[in-house]
Amino acid sequence: MSRALEKTASFRESLRRVPDANGHFGAYGGRFVAETLMGPVEALRLAYAQCRRDADFQTELQRDLRDFVGRPSPLYLAERLTGECRGARIYLKREDLDHTGAHKINNALGQALLAKRMHKTRLIAETGAGQHGVATATVAARFGFECVVYMGEEDMRRQAINVYRMKLLGAKVVPVTSGSRTLKDALNEAMRDWVANVDSTFYVIGTVAGPHPYPMMVRDFHACIGEETRRQALSAEGRLPDALVACVGGGSNAIGLFHAFLDDDVKLYGVEAGGEGLASGKHAASLSAGRSGVLHGNRTYLLEDAAGQIRETHSISAGLDYPGVGPEHAWLKDIGRVTYDTVTDTQALQAFHALTRKEGIMPALESAHALAYAMQLAPRMQPEQFLVVNLSGRGDKDIDTVARHEGIEL
Amino acid sequence: MSRLAPRFAELRRAGRAALVPYITAGDPDKSASVPLMHALVKAGADVLELGVPFSDPMADGPVIQRACVRALKHGTTLADVLGMVREFRRTDARTPVVLMGYLNPVEAFGTEAFTVAAAEAGVDGVLSVDMPPEEAVPLAGLLRARGIDPVFLLAPTTDAARLQRICETAAGFVYYVALKGVTGAANLDVAEVRRRLEVVRRATRLPVGVGFGVRDAHSAAQLASVADAVVVGSAIVDRVEEFGHRRAELLTQVGAFVSELRQAMDAARV
Repeated sequence: MSRALEKTASFRESLRRVPDANGHFGAYGGRFVAETLMGPVEALRLAYAQCRRDADFQTELQRDLRDFVGRPSPLYLAERLTGECRGARIYLKREDLDHTGAHKINNALGQALLAKRMHKTRLIAETGAGQHGVATATVAARFGFECVVYMGEEDMRRQAINVYRMKLLGAKVVPVTSGSRTLKDALNEAMRDWVANVDSTFYVIGTVAGPHPYPMMVRDFHACIGEETRRQALSAEGRLPDALVACVGGGSNAIGLFHAFLDDDVKLYGVEAGGEGLASGKHAASLSAGRSGVLHGNRTYLLEDAAGQIRETHSISAGLDYPGVGPEHAWLKDIGRVTYDTVTDTQALQAFHALTRKEGIMPALESAHALAYAMQLAPRMQPEQFLVVNLSGRGDKDIDTVARHEGIEL
Repeated sequence: MSRLAPRFAELRRAGRAALVPYITAGDPDKSASVPLMHALVKAGADVLELGVPFSDPMADGPVIQRACVRALKHGTTLADVLGMVREFRRTDARTPVVLMGYLNPVEAFGTEAFTVAAAEAGVDGVLSVDMPPEEAVPLAGLLRARGIDPVFLLAPTTDAARLQRICETAAGFVYYVALKGVTGAANLDVAEVRRRLEVVRRATRLPVGVGFGVRDAHSAAQLASVADAVVVGSAIVDRVEEFGHRRAELLTQVGAFVSELRQAMDAARV
């Protein structure tokens, strides 16, 4: 345990009371945007602060989380996978069963309700794997917003099915051809749209990054994942889990799972995309291999070159293919509360197959990273212990990628 | 000490608005920048704005994004940009140079080391686009300590309290963004700018520059009658893109455009 964490623990201060009023998580977070965006960001902060306390807003949100998203999602004991791993019992938090097939809808729904309160008529979003784009297009259809989704040209190729889903939902998908043509460039483009159309437009950021209040707000909208897991673990096992495992790209599903457990004696593991291995340079592991810098409105760990230019990243999973990470994760790493590690493309693919064959559940390649790590962790734990993996999304969208990787033409 | 205050005082006495052209350093290649800087001064620039290329220029439109891509293809670093200023200073000790860019390359260089190197190279002002006053510690203080002005943006969406705060943190001049959008957008509303500048002037005695969306001599002239400085970026970078592969023509074309801006602005002030 790091010294900073010991200090925090000895004062019994909650780790859940972040960020501060300016959006800082320790040295990270903040609001690093051009002055043109400070007004809109401040208006959003005020509107969200109001809705956070507003009983009507919360009631409406809870109702749609139940009836539209399908919450609570189950906590499932993966018995055959546990048997295979010969160690701690492995539970899966089934975010793959959420409406649209991933946890992203929790946040998209929350922000859409907020946009409605702010009298905006147009939602914009960036997307990598397409899951957040689909979630945003879905809530736009649900509430009658116009919707534009920015997506890197390269990602559109990798995730053609999700592109078509968004179009079916009535969204316009704009290909982004600047930079590396992936998630980071889509985020730049969405910010540019927002600054030019701020009166009508609400920018639905898909992860726990961006200027304050986004990292806090997106975390809050996903915190239901951990809150449910707590209740479900207590009911299934009579106690809290020994460990939680989640994949980390921007880090929204991980924060969503971890947040309710930050003050408890539960080990937390965040799993980054190791791509072809850290030594190859082809990965997206900003916490494991990056350093502190400023991008997309916040200070956080970044993958960059010596001159401070943002590097292109690689992962088999488009949803993890991002050179930054949410500022709360950067802080949780520094204080030693969460252990961050990596899993390679190959290991993630193996886990994808293992879960599909052993449990009849096809995980998203993002979630397969968390699963691969849990399959290494469980055998090192005692059989009376149990851990929870956040199965953040389902794998249908990745079938093409898996097939291509195995040389199969569909 | 920064050359900005004396330059603006000089211009005020002459009854002229400053013409502030922007180019991205290293565009189209590293060797082009210093000759371009001299050509801009020769054509009538009062202050130079030199863009530090960044991989993710979030506040910039497509023209300056492409300039960044070109500059980064040749590996232009912040250290290279400081080298260009140093070389420019060998034959021009008077024209103020303001660096405009994003925070990450500065932090990668080392914030304090950057302020030392920038002062030594002859930089007069630094505008870090993604650094509002709330996040300006420690850079703004370190710059001031070295005699470099921290320049900040003001926007149509800036409220009265923030306006006050920005003007207190800024030095050299403040830079009013004339539109809601990214650099190079084309929806400039001069009457609205005039109205906003009256508010800004009540908050500060610093000179007020206007930029983003100044496309041509006509819009530059209109702004010259209301602002202390007119910043022209994308319209110049457009020409760098068009003529970049023909060096001799690049300098004459960019020079001719800046002369045209200069004449239009001076005529508007008479």
